[in-house]
Amino acid sequence: MSTEALNQHDAHASGHEHEHHDASDAKVLGFWVYLMTDCILFATVFATFAVLANSYAGGPTGADIFELPFVLVETMILLVSSFTFGMASIASHKGDSAPVLRWLAITALLGLSFIIMEIYEFHHLIVEGYGPDRSAFLSAFFTLVGTHGLHVTCGLIWLVVMMVQIKKNGLNTANNTRMMNLSLFWHFLDIIWIFVFTVVYLLGTL
Amino acid sequence: MFGKLTLEAIPYHEPIIMGAMGFIVLGGLALVAAITYFRKWGYLWHEWLTSVDHKRLGVMYIIVAMVMLLRGFSDAIMMRTQQAIATGGAEGYLPPHHYDQIFTAHGVIMIFFMAMPFMIGLMNIVVPLQIGARDVAFPFLNSLSFWLFFAGVVLVNLSLGVGEFAKTGWLAYPPLSGIKFSPGVGVDYYIWSLQISGIGTLLTGVNFFITILKMRAPGMSLMKMPIFTWTALITNILIMAAFPILTATLGLLTLDRYLGMHFFTNDLGGNMMMYVNLIWAWGHPEVYILVLPAFGIFSEVTATFSSKRLFGYTSMVYATAAIGFLSFIVWLHHFFTMGAGGNVNAFFGIATMVISIPTGVKIFNWLFTMYQGRVRFTTPILWTLGFLVTFTIGGMTGVLLAVPGADFVLHNSLFLIAHFHNVIIGGVVFGYIAGFVYWFPKAFGFTLNERIGKYSFWCWLVGFYLAFMPLYVLGFMGMTRRLNHYDNPEWQAYLIVAAIGAVVIAFGIFFQLLQIVVSIRQRDKNRDVTGDPWGGRTLEWSTSSPPPFYNFAHTPVIKERDAFWDMKENKDAYSKPKGFQKIHMPKNTAAGLIISAFSLVMGFALIWHIWWLAIVGLAGGLVAVLARMFNEDIDYYVPAEEVERIESEHLKNMANQA
Amino acid sequence: MRKSSYPDFFKKLALLAGTAALLSGCDSAILDPKGPIGVEQRNLIVIAVLLMLIVVIPAIVMTVLFAWKYRASNKDATYSPNWSHSNKIEAVVWGIPCVIILVLATITWKTSHSLDPFKALEGYDEEPLTIEVVALDWKWLFIYPEQQIATVNEVAFPANVPIEFQVTSDTVMNSFFIPHLGSQIYAMAGMQTEVNLLASEPGDYPGISAQYSGSGFSGMKFNARALDSREQFQAWVNQVQQSPKQLNQSAYDKLAKPSEDAPVEYYSTVIPNLFTSIIHKYMGGAMQAGSGHEGMQHHGAEE
Repeated sequence: MSTEALNQHDAHASGHEHEHHDASDAKVLGFWVYLMTDCILFATVFATFAVLANSYAGGPTGADIFELPFVLVETMILLVSSFTFGMASIASHKGDSAPVLRWLAITALLGLSFIIMEIYEFHHLIVEGYGPDRSAFLSAFFTLVGTHGLHVTCGLIWLVVMMVQIKKNGLNTANNTRMMNLSLFWHFLDIIWIFVFTVVYLLGTL
Repeated sequence: MFGKLTLEAIPYHEPIIMGAMGFIVLGGLALVAAITYFRKWGYLWHEWLTSVDHKRLGVMYIIVAMVMLLRGFSDAIMMRTQQAIATGGAEGYLPPHHYDQIFTAHGVIMIFFMAMPFMIGLMNIVVPLQIGARDVAFPFLNSLSFWLFFAGVVLVNLSLGVGEFAKTGWLAYPPLSGIKFSPGVGVDYYIWSLQISGIGTLLTGVNFFITILKMRAPGMSLMKMPIFTWTALITNILIMAAFPILTATLGLLTLDRYLGMHFFTNDLGGNMMMYVNLIWAWGHPEVYILVLPAFGIFSEVTATFSSKRLFGYTSMVYATAAIGFLSFIVWLHHFFTMGAGGNVNAFFGIATMVISIPTGVKIFNWLFTMYQGRVRFTTPILWTLGFLVTFTIGGMTGVLLAVPGADFVLHNSLFLIAHFHNVIIGGVVFGYIAGFVYWFPKAFGFTLNERIGKYSFWCWLVGFYLAFMPLYVLGFMGMTRRLNHYDNPEWQAYLIVAAIGAVVIAFGIFFQLLQIVVSIRQRDKNRDVTGDPWGGRTLEWSTSSPPPFYNFAHTPVIKERDAFWDMKENKDAYSKPKGFQKIHMPKNTAAGLIISAFSLVMGFALIWHIWWLAIVGLAGGLVAVLARMFNEDIDYYVPAEEVERIESEHLKNMANQA
Repeated sequence: MRKSSYPDFFKKLALLAGTAALLSGCDSAILDPKGPIGVEQRNLIVIAVLLMLIVVIPAIVMTVLFAWKYRASNKDATYSPNWSHSNKIEAVVWGIPCVIILVLATITWKTSHSLDPFKALEGYDEEPLTIEVVALDWKWLFIYPEQQIATVNEVAFPANVPIEFQVTSDTVMNSFFIPHLGSQIYAMAGMQTEVNLLASEPGDYPGISAQYSGSGFSGMKFNARALDSREQFQAWVNQVQQSPKQLNQSAYDKLAKPSEDAPVEYYSTVIPNLFTSIIHKYMGGAMQAGSGHEGMQHHGAEE
């Protein structure tokens, strides 16, 4: 494999945009398929939660510990962040990076608030003595919500990386593909949260 | 500072383990010395370790798989010896704490670190070539998958000399695998080696799924795909659907063990039945993940060596898809004895037997592929014939076990052991070896020695029947699995025969290795100059052996199902193209290796509770990922002149041969 | 005897195969069962195998035949390199396995219910005897709730009397199995499973755990004694009642500690409701499913 490497500019100068287009198509499809596998992972954790939802083992029930208004605020924050990401996506189609960066920053701030609120909720519960080792129900609760939270944290890191990449290279083909993937990821987390909110919090307090 | 890790962790007092470790260390040192002596480090690093070429990754997968076959087989022969002698008050030479690790390691290694990489390796070498692609969809991801898998391999082997492995059986059922009943690091080794390599497998699944969907040569509609690629497609769908369940399940077990949660514990509401359900919701599809590609190999081999079209291609495709679907709705047949009640048991039992219908159809389709063909008795076809007979028997005992009423007395007995070895050796192993011999010339440019290959086949076949038929009988005699010693003297004779069978299989493995060594020495005699040593039918045979790193100078255009056969019939298989164009290729990268090295550090640190080191591993891995994300210099173009030079050389060689 | 669900023909074939197994001189627990459940399971195995042989034997014969007849050196054989489809053959290779599986599925449906371990044996005048079984590390505890006695690693009962074993575990999962009598069932902590068996011949039968449970697993065996009559059983009970040992809480706690190759032990008395309390201590007052039986059906639906 001793072929001299051509530099990047030559590569892009020639008429191979078609190839690149195919490649970014495959990347988006690939990432989407990956998200579907992630969906199965969440489904497994959801199923586990459903099985253990009543295994309180003498510990608190959902109704005892959930503060619905607090979680509703969390939910609204995440929903709004999906909207602001949507604004970033629309801006990116126009090819101007400044508004994209602005909307991404707002999205990241909202995501961060969500995570901080979640950490606060967890901390509060653990201090009260309702940690994940209290009962199977609490194990399942912390794990399901925590798995989502971990994903959001990854999304936050990715958001920051994305902003740096756009700052550095502008909205080139590669970055547009990345924006597409990140937006899939972010909206996906939103959808998962809707399920978490409904299954865990709403059904849990009813 | 070092968590639970102390010098006590090294089992000095175990002569067998220390011997094995000494052997591994000496072997490793010899390898390092040889590479240094021949000054091959640079070559190894640039051409192999950092390669993103699917063919090279495939070769590396298979090399690791073969090494792990030796490790897993050593476990097997130790178990067989133990059971052959440990009766009538004799305790044998393996005390339970060692024996229990051996049978766990045997299962884990053979499934995750032998069969899986062998299958993924074959898929790597063959699938892009069969669909006329230059590489997989995500070459870097492919390299990352391999190295994550390799990190798992390293962890599993570390457990031999540092600490211990799980003593729980290969699926680590809780509560036995929980922290209360398994406080040692064995289960943690199990969890982290599977978790890290499992993520690699999942990425492979996504990668090949997209590769097959998006990168087929023009004209190759789904129903014109080679059948091996079809089985690979279904297998990758199964991987994508099943492996997240494994990841989640092992994750929950991890939380139980590390954070004191109660998913699968006996107390505070834990539910171990849920683990058994979840692990088999992954575990049963896993069996088909392994066997479907083997079915694909048999299809290719039978058609090629019968010089005839595959009989019932459409049937084969639908049968494969049906098996893939059904594999997700039968998991409960692994625990009928949990007491689920008549309706549930009957449903899962019947769903299981239904799988035998498409499988049976496949068997008959292979038979009718030979019918009115010209069957050449090469080694791959011998493995196929051995498979047809052996697998049919294994299938029958499998359907028997799917009848809940019968399973109530056969569950967990040696009958079950005989059954799944019957289908895994007779189906999976025979298939992969057939594929190995069949595609070896494609990967390396010379064929394997046929005579020694046949010795190997006969040893494996005879050894298999000697080793496992007695186990069927023992199952009927009421002998259960995983016994360290037993008092019924009538069982011993059968177990001695089984041990002899294992020795015969050892000869089979020996001949396989000998075959490779001898064939490398005779490579000039058995050179495959045309790239088509067997009279092949599919695209991989249309390029040179080994193929150039870009696989095809021109993307082939497909008209018929057996694309290359069709080209040969129409005499345009080897026509010299008018001109060449530059080719877009990915650059090699060490990123996959580095990310995996950090994940290995993290895994090891988590096993031993060395928290600071775990953070180092995690942070290092994250930085490596970020570095890769910011690396824009990842591809290049091969100039047209270079392509022309390589292609002309191949054509010239062919002309000389003729 | 229980009513058999198969035609006479199959029954005779099954007997024939059973005899063959006997003649081969080995003590085959599964093929030479000593109770009606085991007999029905043996028959089921034989019938299923015979049914499948209808496909398996032709497949194996055709493998050898086709490979040999169409070997490359046999230039007399027809060679049709492009022949790859035949509706007739496809119909046969899909059709016949379908029919066989249909028959087998019917048998499976029936026997999954008739052989359900939870189902009480029918057609016996005798009142069933209840024995509670607890899997411990690594021994079996048997509690006789009516007789108020308990034993370790030995269980006795009269032959020809239905026995209802109620099973749980005070440790990891095990499987309660007396191969000569038939069906095994898992023993799981916090859950109660059940298996109904009967010995039609008196004798001593080996009992095992058929689910690996840790380092003492190989020694986790018990002796199942099917006694001649109710009287003999009563005599055995009396003998146990003579034992100086009593299974009080401290004795039980001691017994529950891990031990390997535990000897047979008799306890003349036992804590009332010990079995139930062993199950309840894991349920934390919260598990909804009272028995493994119901619990599992929930799980089947949820996955």
